Amino acid sequence: MLNIVNKSATERNSLESCLRMASKGSAVLLIEDAVYAVTQGSAAAAKIQAAMADLQIYALGPDLDARGMSARVLDGVKVVDYGGFVDLVAEHNTCQSWL
Amino acid sequence: MSDMMEDMDGEEGVIKKFMFVNRKAPHGTIYALEGLEVVLISAAFDQDVSMVFADDGVYELIKGMNTKGIEVKDFSKTYRALDGYDIEKLYVEKASMDARGLSEDDLIVDVTVLGSEEMANLMAEQDVVISY
Repeated sequence: MLNIVNKSATERNSLESCLRMASKGSAVLLIEDAVYAVTQGSAAAAKIQAAMADLQIYALGPDLDARGMSARVLDGVKVVDYGGFVDLVAEHNTCQSWL
Repeated sequence: MSDMMEDMDGEEGVIKKFMFVNRKAPHGTIYALEGLEVVLISAAFDQDVSMVFADDGVYELIKGMNTKGIEVKDFSKTYRALDGYDIEKLYVEKASMDARGLSEDDLIVDVTVLGSEEMANLMAEQDVVISY
């Protein structure tokens, strides 16, 4: 399962719900305003770090760049470009978008 | 707004205190850009304008944005042009910056950082508050 989250964790609870319900070993890709969650000092940073024990966490690079956040990404988070986004979708049997 | 239009036609306009409250991150939604456009329009009416950045709104002011990859306009530099429109009152809530691991050094413009109580007082002084 590839889980995709696109909303800011400090505005909606979609990331929190995703991390709570995602099955072990699945992937979580953060895009758009969700990418703030994987930046140092963010309110969600501790939850992301804890989640990395069971989940693969990815963030979309162009969305980090657009927000001036590329230099602040937490260790262990894999930054992908649009090609990487396509690969993730192709590699997983199912996708779930946590709108 | 109709009062404002009438004031414009009169001999001397009434100056009201307008506050624009920005609580949304840029790019993910259109709120931040639209809010900024309205602030620029308001400059034409010679009003007493303040801008507040709180919650995810503080992300609007982050330095070093590069929107090439997502193919949208980078409007962050427009905040630096605001003083050219006599919009110089920019306020950021400290708690919102702290919750996001941000400091004044991370911001593209000079701002006044306020505690939540100071922010409450500033909001209470306004004639009109418009939120985005």
